[in-house]
Amino acid sequence: MNAKRTSQITAITGLLLAVAIGFHLYGFHEGRQTMLIAATILAGIPIASKAFKALKMKAFSIELLVTIAVVGALFIGEYVESAAVTFLFLFGAYLEARTLEKTRSSLRKLIDMAPLEATVIRDGETQTISVDDVIEGDRVVIRSGEKVAIDGRIVTGKASLNEAAITGESVPASKMIDDRVFSGTIVDHGFIEVIAERVGDDTTFARIIELVEDAQESQSKTEKFLDRFANIYTPSIVVLSVLVYIFTRNIEMTLTFLVIACPGALVISAPVSIVAGIGNGARNGVLIKGGDIMEKLAKIDTVVFDKTGTLTRGKPEVTDIHSIEIERTDLLRLVAEAETISEHHLGQTIVKEAKKQGLQLLSEPQNVEVIKGNGIQATIDGKVLTVGNRKLMDAKDILIDSEMEAYATAREKEGNTAIFASINGKISGILSIADQIRPEAKKALRELRASGVRQIIMLTGDNRHTAELVGAQLGLDQVYAELLPEEKVAMIKQLKAAGHRVAMAGDGINDAPAIATADIGLAMGEGGTDISMETADIVLMADRLDQFSHAYSLAKATVRNMKQNTFFAVGTVALLLTGVLLGKVFLASGMLIHELSVLLVILNAIRLIRYTKRKSFNQRKIKFDLQAQ
Amino acid sequence: MKKLVLNLEPLTCPSCIKKIEGALKRLDGISEAKVLFNSGKVRAEFDENKVSVEEIANTVSGLGYPIVSQKVS
Repeated sequence: MNAKRTSQITAITGLLLAVAIGFHLYGFHEGRQTMLIAATILAGIPIASKAFKALKMKAFSIELLVTIAVVGALFIGEYVESAAVTFLFLFGAYLEARTLEKTRSSLRKLIDMAPLEATVIRDGETQTISVDDVIEGDRVVIRSGEKVAIDGRIVTGKASLNEAAITGESVPASKMIDDRVFSGTIVDHGFIEVIAERVGDDTTFARIIELVEDAQESQSKTEKFLDRFANIYTPSIVVLSVLVYIFTRNIEMTLTFLVIACPGALVISAPVSIVAGIGNGARNGVLIKGGDIMEKLAKIDTVVFDKTGTLTRGKPEVTDIHSIEIERTDLLRLVAEAETISEHHLGQTIVKEAKKQGLQLLSEPQNVEVIKGNGIQATIDGKVLTVGNRKLMDAKDILIDSEMEAYATAREKEGNTAIFASINGKISGILSIADQIRPEAKKALRELRASGVRQIIMLTGDNRHTAELVGAQLGLDQVYAELLPEEKVAMIKQLKAAGHRVAMAGDGINDAPAIATADIGLAMGEGGTDISMETADIVLMADRLDQFSHAYSLAKATVRNMKQNTFFAVGTVALLLTGVLLGKVFLASGMLIHELSVLLVILNAIRLIRYTKRKSFNQRKIKFDLQAQ
Repeated sequence: MKKLVLNLEPLTCPSCIKKIEGALKRLDGISEAKVLFNSGKVRAEFDENKVSVEEIANTVSGLGYPIVSQKVS
């Protein structure tokens, strides 16, 4: 029997009950009884049909219990009870389905954003094809109002793109030649042609959907507890109902026990909160990988940040080149040639600066040695170039004289990272690189504290002076500088050993070991990179720190919601049991309470869909301000 | 032991969970059965010498829950 037919039956049953009430008011007893029996039979058909299906499969079902209870009620002449129970059961199921649809709406809307078609240029011809038929290297055309169906780089045109599907950010982003675009985003206005780099299931959007779907499956501790509880509850109630009948011969009480034997609110109280919370996160560009992660994040008291690309914008620029006995441009060219193979963001910044100045980087670096966290050594045109921090110079026995040291320290105190460059074992210059603090950082950290974070720490491989400057500007509790990746891991372990619950936020690439060590790992910087999606428990897709504060307060709200639902569900069970045993709850009222409890936990979870950190933060702030007055 | 994942239409009733899990656990050869309410997935671990994928799928669809797709690993 399909859902439409069942809702029609529910409506007719409701009408029959209304007529029965009318007959009752006018004292037409026979008519009332007839209407009640008709309503019972009509509403009982779909219930009994499901019960029969389950019975065929040797499955124990609530429908079977309700059918037994209703047949029993008819048998003893309790027509009001039988009609009310069947109607409430069907009507409750209808409302549950509708409200559950609402809790899942965020995720459904996200999935609905998936593009279905793409316009490609093949052999000079423009054709619209299914998104599944697009292959890597295809030239894809996206016009104003159309969805991007692949990940790739723009080769022609420029456009303003709504990237909400990926980042949760509703403000359109301007894109031009060489910029990356992502599947699922929409061209607000403009025209672009893109070479497809990732198609189908490999696109960022497809992986987001996969992550979100997987996230719904990882069970939180609360869910596991409720599962175990529900497994004990139903058989216990059935056994209890048999015992009640044996000892009391009270058929009505026995039937009522059967009606309340389904732990409806119990089994869904946690999952509905989780799905609504994850949906809210996904819509705001925060990917939270499951209910257990939600619970862990809500308990965090210490947040550890990497500096570059996390607290700072991650777009460093060369601010100064100080050279000795060599032309600045020559030093820049040599260092850039050595750094061409480097994956480090500072190395890439130097290469970018050299290209910006129009320098030709022709020499291939030889005998390359990458010293993780410290720098690089390579041979360029027969010269041995050593580029990195003081530790590297010290390790390679390269002397930094007092004048150079004083210059480097002065640059660092102004917020720069000083990169020492040595040629054949002698310091030839210092390149200064600076990175701006993220504009939203201060506010996001304030919100994290307001939501319950007790201490905020920064761990960085960068120099002490720059780290202290950033720490002072952002009001951090502790700053640890000049750390190697393994030292960051040791720091996280130390914090955990001291009893702190630690979240580590980094760019997901250099910080992967520390992110993996922390109780909760957050990846930002390049939201959507493979490594950050795999390593982190939480991915911030819009590359914004305020998404972190949203994730934290959302996790707290979700866990709070889950607890409310759990207490309510367990409370309802206790209330029903007590009520039945005291003879205060009967068939119809038992069914009513049962259905209402299920609806209430769903409705409570729905509140999470519209949850915004700003609202709760402002409420707390107002409360705090009032207390302060 | 093999693993089977059945994708169902989104579940809309709390009682579906225990009903499906209960029916599957009664099948000979099923060592574990779990219904994931949010994603509408059924995960089952089974001994292919005792029970077939078809039998498992028929049990779920026989209860009135159509199967959208399935995957064995």
